Amino acid sequence: MKMSKILTFMRKNPALVGFIVLFIILSIFTESFFNISNIVNVLRQVSITAILGFGMTLVIISGGIDLSVGSIFAFSAVVMASIVKGGKVLLGIIVGLLIGAIMGLFNGVVISKGKIQPFIVTLATMAIGRSLTLAYTQGIPISIFPNNFRFIGRGDILGIPVPVIIMFGIFFLVLYLLKKTKLGLYIYAIGGNEEATKLSGVNVERYKIIVYTISGLFAAVSAMILTARLNSAQPTFGQGYELDAIATVVLGGASLSGGSGGVLGTLFGALLLGTINNGMNLMNISPFYQDLVKGVIILLAVLLERSD
Amino acid sequence: MKKVVLLSILALLVTSLSFAFTLGLSVSTLNNPFFVDLANGAKDKAKELGVDIKVVDARDDSAKQLNDVEDLIGQKVDILLINPTDSDAVVAAIEEANVAKIPVITVDRGASGGKVLLHIASDNVAGGRLAGEYIAEKLGGKGKVIELVGIPGTSSARDRGKGFNEVIEKYPGIQVVARQTANYNRAEGLTVMENLLQAHPDINAVFAHNDEMALGAIEAIKAAGKLKDIIVVGFDATPDALESVKRGELSATIAQQPYRMGELAVEKAYEFLQTGTIYFPVDLQLVTK
Repeated sequence: MKMSKILTFMRKNPALVGFIVLFIILSIFTESFFNISNIVNVLRQVSITAILGFGMTLVIISGGIDLSVGSIFAFSAVVMASIVKGGKVLLGIIVGLLIGAIMGLFNGVVISKGKIQPFIVTLATMAIGRSLTLAYTQGIPISIFPNNFRFIGRGDILGIPVPVIIMFGIFFLVLYLLKKTKLGLYIYAIGGNEEATKLSGVNVERYKIIVYTISGLFAAVSAMILTARLNSAQPTFGQGYELDAIATVVLGGASLSGGSGGVLGTLFGALLLGTINNGMNLMNISPFYQDLVKGVIILLAVLLERSD
Repeated sequence: MKKVVLLSILALLVTSLSFAFTLGLSVSTLNNPFFVDLANGAKDKAKELGVDIKVVDARDDSAKQLNDVEDLIGQKVDILLINPTDSDAVVAAIEEANVAKIPVITVDRGASGGKVLLHIASDNVAGGRLAGEYIAEKLGGKGKVIELVGIPGTSSARDRGKGFNEVIEKYPGIQVVARQTANYNRAEGLTVMENLLQAHPDINAVFAHNDEMALGAIEAIKAAGKLKDIIVVGFDATPDALESVKRGELSATIAQQPYRMGELAVEKAYEFLQTGTIYFPVDLQLVTK
C-alpha cells in the first residue's frame, strides 16, 4: 500500500524524481558537483528560469500560455539598464518592472477582452517586444552598471546569493497566492472549466488579466537579476526563455490544458534543467550531444508521469 | 487616395533615378553588434559614394534570407552583397541571383556553391592561431586552458578552434581541460564559466570564440575573485570588449573589422559596376576568393 503511494507521488512529480536521480548520478561521477559552492552556483543560475517559470505556472494553470516572456524580459532589461547606467538605479528598476507588468497587462486585456487565443496574442507580443528591444538598443548591448545595482545579481546576504533569496521570496508569494487566496482558487477553476467558473459568477476576465500581468512582472524581475549578474543588458536576451519556462512548468507536473500544477513542481523543474546544464559542463560532454542529453532526460521525466 | 499612391510612386521613381546604382545588402542578423557594425560600414560607404543601398535583415533565418534575396532580385538591384546566415543554405539564393544575372559578393561567411564574384572576410583560422600564440606565450608554454566554443557547426567556431588548437598542440605543457559551448552568447558564457570554475578552479587561461562569451566568462571569474590569475582572450574586438581590455579585465581580443568589411564590400561592388573589373590587393586581415 505504502509502495503504491510512493509511486503515485513519483508520477505526480517527475521533475523531483529526475532531479534526485541526476543529483545522485552527478555526485558519484563527478568530483566537483556535490559541494556547497557548486550547489549555491546552480541555485543562482536556476533563479532566472525559475522566476519566469513561477509566472508561467499561474498562466498555465489558468489554461493559457505566455510566449512573450522572453521578449518582455529583453525589453524591460534594456530600458532598465539604460536608466541604471545613467546612475538612477531605483528609477531604472521601477521603470523596468513597470514595463514588464504593463506588457503583461496588455497581453491579459487583449486575451480576455478581445477573446483571442493566448497563444496567438503572446506570439504577437513576443515579436513586438523583440522589435522594441532591437529598436531601443539599435542592436548594441548596454553594459557596466553601478555597484549597488550589481548587488542584486552578485551580492549575498548571510552567504545566500541575492538572486536565490528573490527566487524563494517569489516562490513563497506564489505558493501563498495559489493556496490561500481567492485568486488561487479561481485560476485553478478557470483552467479546469472556464465556462462553469464564469457561470458561477466569477469575473474570469479580471483574473486572467491579473495572471498575465504577474507573468510579465516576473519576467522583468528575472531580467533585472540577469542584467545585474552579467553587468550587461543584451538585445538578444531571453530568446528561447519562454520554452525553458514552459518546460519547467510541464516538468513540474502541470498539464498544458490547464487546471493543474503547482509552484513546487516548477521549482524542481527549474532545478532539473539547471542541474542538467551544470552537469554537462562539469562532465565536459561534447556540445554536439548536449541537446540530445537534455531532450532525453525531459522525455523520460514526462513519460514517468504518464506511465499508468 | 489615388493621388497619394501616384505621388508616392513618382517620389520612389525620382529617388531611385537619382542614384547611379542600387546595391542590395542581405545581413545575417542585426541582432548582434558585429553585424550591425558591418551594415553600418556598408551604409556609410554607400552614402559617401552616392549609391543607393537596400539593407535587409535575415534574423539568422536561412529561409528568410532566401526570401529577402528574392525580393532584392525583384527590385532589380545592380549587385547583391550577401552576408550568409549559413554557407550551405545560402547557395539557393545565390543561384537565383546567378540566373537573374546579378553579381554576388559574399561578406564574412562564404558560400559553398553558386557563382560568387568576390568573398570578403577575416581569416578565422589565422585569428585562432593568434589567440593560441598569445596564450602560449603568456603562460610560458605551461598551464591549463579552457576553450569556450561558439555555436556548434558554424564555420567561424570550427575555424577559430582549428587555428587555436593547431598552436596549442605544439606545447605539450599546455592542456585544454574543457571545451564547452556557450553559443556565442554572453549570458551563457557567464553560466558555463561558473560551472567550469567549479570543476577546474585552477585554470590559467580561457580562449572564447567571441567577445560576448569572453565578457560573460569574465563576470564569472570576477565573482570567483580570480581575475588576476586567469588570462581571458576573446575574438571580434567589439566596443564592449575594447573597453574591457582598457580596464585591464579582458587580456586580449582578436580584432576583426566588421565596419571595414562592410565598407570594402560596397567599395568593391561600386568599382565593379563602374569598370567591370575588380582590383584587389592582398591584405593581412582579409582573404579573397
